[in-house]
Amino acid sequence: MQWQHICTREDLVAGSGVAALINGEQVALFYLPDQSPPLYAIGNHDPIGGANVLSRGIVGDVNGELVVASPLYKQHFSLLTGACLEQDHVSVPVWEVKLDGDKVLLRPLPAALNRTGT
Amino acid sequence: MTDDNTVLPTSGNLVIIGNGMVGHHLVKTLVEQGDASPWTIHVFAGENRPAYDRVHLSALFDDQTPEDLCLSPAQWYRDNRVTLHLNDEVVEIDRDHKTVITAGGVRQDYDALVLATGSYPFVPPIPGHDHENCLVYRTVDDLDAIKRCAGNAKRGVVVGGGLLGLEAANALRLLGLETHVVEFAPQLMPVQLDETGGALLRKEVEALGVHIHTGMKTELIDAGEQHTLRMNFEGQAPLETDMIVFSAGIRPQDSLGRQSGLELGERGGIVVDNQCRTSDPAIFAIGECALWNNQIFGLVAPGYTMARTVAAVLNNQAGDFTGADMSTKLKLMGVDVGSVGDAQARTAGARCYRFQDEVAGVYRKLVVSEDQKYVLGAMLVGDCDAYDTLLQYMLNGIPLPDNPASLILPAGDAAPALGADALPDGATICSCHNVSKGAINDALDGGCCSLGDIKDATKASTGCGGCAALLKSVVDAGLEARGVEVNNHLCEHFEYSRQELYHLILVGGLKSFREVRDTHGKGLGCDICKPAVASILASIHNDYILEPEHVGLQDTNDVFLANMQKDGTYSVVPRVPAGEITPEKLMTLGRVASKYDLYTKITGGQRIDLFGARLEQLPLIWEELIDAGFETGHAYGKSVRTVKSCVGSTWCRYGVQDSVGMAIFLEHRYKGLRSPHKLKFAVSGCTRECAEAQSKDIGVIATENGWNLYVCGNGGMRPRHADLFATDLSDQQLVQLVDRVLMFYVRTADRLQRTSVWLENLEGGLDYLRQVVIDDTLGIAAELEAQMEVVRERYQCEWRTTIDDPQKLKRFRSFVNAETPDQDIRFVRERGQPRPATEDERSDLIETVSV
Repeated sequence: MQWQHICTREDLVAGSGVAALINGEQVALFYLPDQSPPLYAIGNHDPIGGANVLSRGIVGDVNGELVVASPLYKQHFSLLTGACLEQDHVSVPVWEVKLDGDKVLLRPLPAALNRTGT
Repeated sequence: MTDDNTVLPTSGNLVIIGNGMVGHHLVKTLVEQGDASPWTIHVFAGENRPAYDRVHLSALFDDQTPEDLCLSPAQWYRDNRVTLHLNDEVVEIDRDHKTVITAGGVRQDYDALVLATGSYPFVPPIPGHDHENCLVYRTVDDLDAIKRCAGNAKRGVVVGGGLLGLEAANALRLLGLETHVVEFAPQLMPVQLDETGGALLRKEVEALGVHIHTGMKTELIDAGEQHTLRMNFEGQAPLETDMIVFSAGIRPQDSLGRQSGLELGERGGIVVDNQCRTSDPAIFAIGECALWNNQIFGLVAPGYTMARTVAAVLNNQAGDFTGADMSTKLKLMGVDVGSVGDAQARTAGARCYRFQDEVAGVYRKLVVSEDQKYVLGAMLVGDCDAYDTLLQYMLNGIPLPDNPASLILPAGDAAPALGADALPDGATICSCHNVSKGAINDALDGGCCSLGDIKDATKASTGCGGCAALLKSVVDAGLEARGVEVNNHLCEHFEYSRQELYHLILVGGLKSFREVRDTHGKGLGCDICKPAVASILASIHNDYILEPEHVGLQDTNDVFLANMQKDGTYSVVPRVPAGEITPEKLMTLGRVASKYDLYTKITGGQRIDLFGARLEQLPLIWEELIDAGFETGHAYGKSVRTVKSCVGSTWCRYGVQDSVGMAIFLEHRYKGLRSPHKLKFAVSGCTRECAEAQSKDIGVIATENGWNLYVCGNGGMRPRHADLFATDLSDQQLVQLVDRVLMFYVRTADRLQRTSVWLENLEGGLDYLRQVVIDDTLGIAAELEAQMEVVRERYQCEWRTTIDDPQKLKRFRSFVNAETPDQDIRFVRERGQPRPATEDERSDLIETVSV
């Protein structure tokens, strides 16, 4: 799959998330300037709350794992794997994301590597 | 008396007459001894409900129900194969046939019989005492009768200024009556207190608006002119009232003893020996109906000891009742009163030390033996902090320190507080359930690791609760000795409680989460500590919460300044101070709601909530609202929400102050204050309390002379009536106290802890809060006020700041790379308004679209 140019660094919010639309799917993009890598992209749809809200959650770490907490019912989703920490077998898709200068580029993770099979 | 050679019954039918606290304790003790009990137990109760906690009867005037006070439900009796006959009083004991007979005609044979019939309230035989508005205060039914009667009454009189009389007076006060207490003796609580203590108590009680009349002998009760009844006194002007509650002492309920010819005392009471046996060896008497060594014990703890004695004897074990300590500690109308041992210094040669602080309203008296080696007793009014220590000195015969007066002098003079370590293992910590320090340590060794565990395992502090503070210190010391650390850390990133972190941030002058984390924490933070730190920073500095360094810390509601709903849309609540709104503004709300098709609902806080706004619509909606003069309502924040009000003296026939004006003033004063949890206020214009101020964090009720302030109430999941904090305040005094209470809460509460729970967990409770806020014992009052001033000065309408900043508005986009709204947000219409589509409805809608 090709990298797609989604937005610029200007559109991101440091320490937090924004939503983007790629091929009709909603993606939550998180920008953590202190981390390496600084960008993370997972599905915006919260499978437990049933609404597109993960980009609006609080980012942090739980036992060293980078996570976002759903703003609806506060379950944590890993920014690296998309797995839900509280419920086994629940996860959200993950995208590959990188910065090219100030451009934010995104592409789907190969299906084999994605827990949800997206 | 009994013949010691008589063979006791050892099995068969055990009949217990009376299901009060003591009767119940006997059943419970027997049941807990295991299945092997040779006794088949039958309990007969005159009341129509199983045993309940009579000591805390007045809690029924707060937020408790009779069920809350129940000691064990009827099902517990069934589960333990105890036959419980409720509402069927025993009227006769046939000793010849060893049978009891009830009013309902039930006959039950017994092999052993226990009388636990308790006592009845003494009603002096004053002519007119049998009027239907003359009541007593002893049972749940009595309380119901008092409540019913009070519904039509304006003024109530309690006859009797003792312990129970003052409890009853407090009940009348809580029911909103003008309350009077009439006492025959020249002072209040003549049994427990001396003249000085009585006078101090009187002053404190009068400050709560209760009228006290001492040295009054009632001669006649007849019809009144202004009120239902008139009380006529010997040599004094009469007093009119709508109801009278008699609480002039108790008398042992010994009528069955009298009927069946058991030996009675000269002034009543069924005579018992050290095994609690009556003159009939098959019959025992325990509790307030029993007369031991010419004494009636009118407290629950000695009754429990008697119950345990009888349980032992019935099981063929040694049991001995050899009297009981009558020390007691309680809170009467918010005033602490304690009496230890020989408080009246009646022992020959007793010497006294006295400490009196008329400013703080504290009186302490220490009674020591002639040789000044031991504590004989103590009297405490206004502050019972020394009670536990003094009681332990007295009970355990611990030698006095060199300077005995230091035991009752203010703590600043280095009172040698008796730490948990200083107590011998045998020291009784909980006298209701006879739990010693050794038993507590055994329970800790057995795996208990918290105060709650200990209470469950030993029942300590589950009776009168008087030993709660001492128990906590014994448990804490025990845990510490076992290397257990009590963890109240905020989360994995901060090894501090919220309160500790607050002080670290304040003292360190820290301004951002990054600084706080780098100085005191680890890791990146999480959804627990980030909003908590953001809230603390806001309480201290009150910066705009969406500054770049704060934005990632906030819950979504704070980030988007609106309340997220289940479908990811938001609701919008503009501030409507005190619920007062002009027709023009009301129409603006209607127009905006209609334009954006928002579901519209009136809130409980007298505002209007507009639901179903999508993220990208929020700035557009707010632009219109701000243009019309609205400002943000902070419904999204852990912060001051609304000040609800009734219409007050401006319109209402009954109002005595301008409640709306005060509510608007308070709402503007405190809007924007970030706090550990949301804060709700209300102001009522008179005692009818239409604004329901007593269910709020801060409640204000108008009086003829100013304002009464109530604090730490709550509606919601666990309702709690607010506590009356101070009375008849001027506007200025009111604001000063509210400033201090709020800031002290902000400083010391745990994260997401409402004021009600905060107060309940505050060591020292309401009294401590009064000391800090009113008496300024910590010397921080000026600091608290100054900090409130900072917060107030920096107030900004967060929506106006946001609307004015194009950078900030960038966040309110559905997608960074598309203008389209979120297609998954779907509404259907119900009762003429939109609502989120359910999952089924949504799939139907999407199909319709795709066709």
